[in-house]
Amino acid sequence: MTVDTALLPSYPQDRKCPYQPSPGYQELGGEGPLHRVRLFDGKWLWLVTGHSQGRRLLADPRMSADRSRADFPVVLPRFEAPIFKPLALIGFDPPTHSVHRRLLAPDFSLKHVRALRADVTALAHRLIDRITAKGAPADLLNDYALPIPSMVVSELLGVPYDDHEFFEARTVDLLQAKSPEGAEAAGQALWDYLDRLITAKERDAADDGVISRLASRVDGVDLTRDDLLRIALALLIGGHDTTSQMIAMGVVTLLEHPDQLDLLLADADLVPAAVDELLRVVSVTDVSGVRVALEDIEIDGYTVRKGEGVLVSSSMTNRDPEVYPDPYRVDVRRTAGSASRQHMTFGFGIHQCLGQNLARMELEVAFTVLFERLPTLRLAVPRADLAFRKGGTMQGVHTLPVAW
Amino acid sequence: MSTVRVEADRESCISAGRCMAANSSVFDQDDDGIVVVRTTHPAPEHRDSVRKAAYLCPAGAITLRSAP
Ligand code: HEM
Ligand code: SF4
Repeated sequence: MTVDTALLPSYPQDRKCPYQPSPGYQELGGEGPLHRVRLFDGKWLWLVTGHSQGRRLLADPRMSADRSRADFPVVLPRFEAPIFKPLALIGFDPPTHSVHRRLLAPDFSLKHVRALRADVTALAHRLIDRITAKGAPADLLNDYALPIPSMVVSELLGVPYDDHEFFEARTVDLLQAKSPEGAEAAGQALWDYLDRLITAKERDAADDGVISRLASRVDGVDLTRDDLLRIALALLIGGHDTTSQMIAMGVVTLLEHPDQLDLLLADADLVPAAVDELLRVVSVTDVSGVRVALEDIEIDGYTVRKGEGVLVSSSMTNRDPEVYPDPYRVDVRRTAGSASRQHMTFGFGIHQCLGQNLARMELEVAFTVLFERLPTLRLAVPRADLAFRKGGTMQGVHTLPVAW
Repeated sequence: MSTVRVEADRESCISAGRCMAANSSVFDQDDDGIVVVRTTHPAPEHRDSVRKAAYLCPAGAITLRSAP
């Protein structure tokens, strides 16, 4: 079927409010669960705003995540860079996906993550010590929100944290690049860095984290050395930008809802539910998953044809009124029992975020320690002066000046 | 009300840990991060959270059957 894309709404659209989906998506959400939207290259895909439809499509084995397919939708110019095509885990279908995910499962299990909590708490306290020693104002992004996930992922992977300025900057270059060439250059720099690191670990038979553990498992069949490099890259880039921006945007959201912040401060038991509510509201990646249909799929009166692209919106499925009454309201007490943990911020189906338990724990610790130590925290600039990321799907703030 | 029998497919489990977060007395993860059902016939007070675990599981690995 040919579709006149000129008449379609465009995707992506910038948010007007940092923690609410763009007005254009909100309008679409009111019209139904699936929508055709136009991409930068003039092609179109299905934008899914319905929660139930998003869940079913992401769990459907007839949907492929294989980014090397010619018909896989390119949502932003940078995703045309070759480095993004065979992105580990997230860009592979079973059976390769299942094999790689199994290899990583032990390091990301709920139990393993719970054991890291005390270290992350101590880290958060050290960062606050440094912030108070320097005095206000502080840039909460670079002084707190970024170092927490960055140190945690370095430690977990066995990447020297001393190199953090390099890998943090190249990750932002890669994920925020305006062109495929820019993304490729940043991606290649990270690739070369990890390649050298793996070589050193192989040489020293190191035993310090996920990369070393997997290096000893490279067999050229289930796990090739290229696979290992791609997995390390995916974990390094997946592990810190998302979580750091979620901490920063979560703080912005809480500061704008002092009544909700008070509830949170008054009841430590509320923290996990509040973190899930903030994850729902902020929907920091804005996307739960992108796929291409391998067969025609009928869903609630719509037909997604073979070869058509699908993008499940986290910000909009997270505001489906069928699941969330009064969906645009921030409510840290949203019944933990029925709705709060069904959000789509970490995706759904076999690709659901590998790092979600880690991210949840980091967020719980980050908010708790921050407001416990700096209860009078406030923005050091008018909110209108905060500069948010534009032009993409991954949300974020460039700096977050705060005082207390 | 009839009791439920809980089954978890360890082959399709992707170790998301959602089941254990919903109910850690019925669900556990082994050292490899794979789901383990601790009690196949959970007590009635666990029924809601077990149902929730089945709903949350991203891999559709948990099934509930009515037990005889
Ligand atoms: C607030 C923080 C985070 C958010 C919102 C987030 C979001 C997501 C989403 C939506 C997906 C699914 C993508 C898809 O289905 O196409 C995903 C997958 C993934 N995430 Fe996260 N993530 C976060 C933190 C992390 C952390 C801390 C790590 C690792 C250290 C991580 C590693 C991964 C990996 C490896 C995948 C691919 C899993 C697979 O394909 O099986 N993420 N994440
Ligand atoms: S929720 Fe599902 S995928 Fe996750 S650990 Fe439990 S059974 Fe496995």
